Amino acid sequence: MRKSLLIVLLALGLSALALAQSGTILLNAAGATFPYPIYSKWFDVYHNEHPNVQINYQSIGSGGGIRQLLAGTVDFGASDGPMSDDQLSQAKFKILHFPTVLGAVVPTYNIAGVSGELNFTQKALAGIYLGTITKWNDAEIAKANSGVNLPNADIVVVHRSDGSGTTYIWTDFLGKVSEEWKKKVGNASTSVNWPVGLGGKGNEGVTGLVKQTPNAIGYIELIYAVQNNIPYGKVQNAAGNFVKADLAGVTAAAAANAKNIPADFRVSITNPSGPKVYPISSFTWLLIPAQIQDAVKREAIKDFLKWMLTEGQKYNEGLTYAQLPKEVIAKETQAISLIQ
Amino acid sequence: MSATATTIVNEAPPQAGPRAFLRRLRGGDEIAHLITLIFAAGIILLTSMLVYELWVNSHLSRAKFGWMFFFTKVWDPNFDNFGAAPFIYGTLVTSAIALAIAVPLGLASAIFLSELAPRKVSDVISFLIDLLAAVPSVIYGLLGIFIVVPVMRTTIGPLLINTVGNIPYIGALFRGPNYGVGFLTAGIVLAIMVVPFIISVSREVLLTVPRDQREAAMALGATRWESTWKVVVPWARTGIMGSVFLALARALGETMAVTMVIGNAPTIAASLLSPGDTIASTIASQFTEATGDLYLSSLIELGLVLFLITFILNGLARILIVATERGGGHPA
Repeated sequence: MRKSLLIVLLALGLSALALAQSGTILLNAAGATFPYPIYSKWFDVYHNEHPNVQINYQSIGSGGGIRQLLAGTVDFGASDGPMSDDQLSQAKFKILHFPTVLGAVVPTYNIAGVSGELNFTQKALAGIYLGTITKWNDAEIAKANSGVNLPNADIVVVHRSDGSGTTYIWTDFLGKVSEEWKKKVGNASTSVNWPVGLGGKGNEGVTGLVKQTPNAIGYIELIYAVQNNIPYGKVQNAAGNFVKADLAGVTAAAAANAKNIPADFRVSITNPSGPKVYPISSFTWLLIPAQIQDAVKREAIKDFLKWMLTEGQKYNEGLTYAQLPKEVIAKETQAISLIQ
Repeated sequence: MSATATTIVNEAPPQAGPRAFLRRLRGGDEIAHLITLIFAAGIILLTSMLVYELWVNSHLSRAKFGWMFFFTKVWDPNFDNFGAAPFIYGTLVTSAIALAIAVPLGLASAIFLSELAPRKVSDVISFLIDLLAAVPSVIYGLLGIFIVVPVMRTTIGPLLINTVGNIPYIGALFRGPNYGVGFLTAGIVLAIMVVPFIISVSREVLLTVPRDQREAAMALGATRWESTWKVVVPWARTGIMGSVFLALARALGETMAVTMVIGNAPTIAASLLSPGDTIASTIASQFTEATGDLYLSSLIELGLVLFLITFILNGLARILIVATERGGGHPA
């Protein structure tokens, strides 16, 4: 009896020793907060399937992720906006972008006496956020919403006060549809110098301000709106149709752009052509060094990327992230071989 | 004691030196001296390291903007143009509103609790107030969003615009669109946050005023209020001011509660109902996603500016205390 117990213990000890020798591969990553829910799900599931690989992700924000990657304190980073040429030239090593999921941003509003879904033309959204359209019954808003009794009230504009990927997508869209926006406010950015409006912290801050303030408009992530049952409006796409954001429409927007996606995947997909696409959406990226010295880590990262593009994508819709279109997945799978 | 120690040292320097030191060590004085000295030096070291870090890391921003950083009204991460003026303005205005409300309120409560209320009532209330001082600021922020902001938008704001707003000059403080969020709302929430500090510390100070002071005033024929206002309060003045500066320090540095109710728009506007922003709230909300080097450096310089403001205000406070002591002629 005692002997058999001893043998069992010995066997356990030996196997533990073997495990320790083979070693767990610990990968450190940091960056964007927007995809954090799906990333932590992926890293968790992947770890269960590959117990020897553990990925530790800190959602410190895209800016922090890029800085940590450049400083070499993490194995890979994550960002809601692609790195600029400037940032890439600062890096001591080549950095590859891998799109992981898609996110979209929707306009939400609170107008006394208006309960239905409003249609927003591209000009209307740009005008409201530039401060050139100030009343809800402005002709530009009214013409897309015949039959809706819009009040003669001042529009209260709400934006994010914290730097955020949501703002990046929103300003990217506004810059594409309005020359004036591009000139006055500039390129897409995680925080800009807003011409008008109040700032709310986070999706919840913007939603809170919009809900509380009569005649307010704000923009929030599609995920947040869906999960919290917040009503949102339709947005006119490049083809002129008014589209309500949903996951399929967001994937369609990416698919419509698939041919034009450059080899480095640094691309904005707002306002693409196509009749059914939702125009305000974007990829979010993993930032991976092209050269990884440690062969074990390199293989682990490559294997994870392959898994993310196939198995991983199945978890997206459960967490209300849009899946990558097939075309993009095919391109990315090829790009994995660039990691050496 | 010290005399004998010196004699021994004089007689046999090499061995007696350490022995005398050991003897003094046994008394505990040297150890206490050494330990407290280390800790005190630690505080100074910590502060200077803080300033050093802020100074070094804000290098890019200081080099590019120089003194204009204090006066530029634009905060534009997209075109790399940064100025602290709206944030300095917002920080000072909200803190001033907070103190304007909290000081009379806090001082009156402290006088009531220490001088007029029965001791048992006073103790119970003070306990509750100490609890209030420990409430995390995010709770005050939520209180602000759900209670103060709607009341400001629907009741107080319109009331101010329709009454005070019509008076020339002062009226400019209460005009324009009223969103419920803004300088005044932030100031009120800050006032609610800092009032427990003023009450708690002031009450303790008032309670330490010796009984003879009160009795002497009464013996001279003063009423109870006269003895309180003309003798007790001036006696405790330094301590009361200490409580006010503690409150000011908290108001200047508050992030969470302010960012939830101020509207986060970097504007300089005469109207207190207008949305604004403060230094601390801007750093807190923008630090994580600050991608550019100059952007990050400017945020760090904002921190340096906040440090400078606190430093200057503290200095002014010292001068004020010294000045009033001379004028009043009361002991500290």
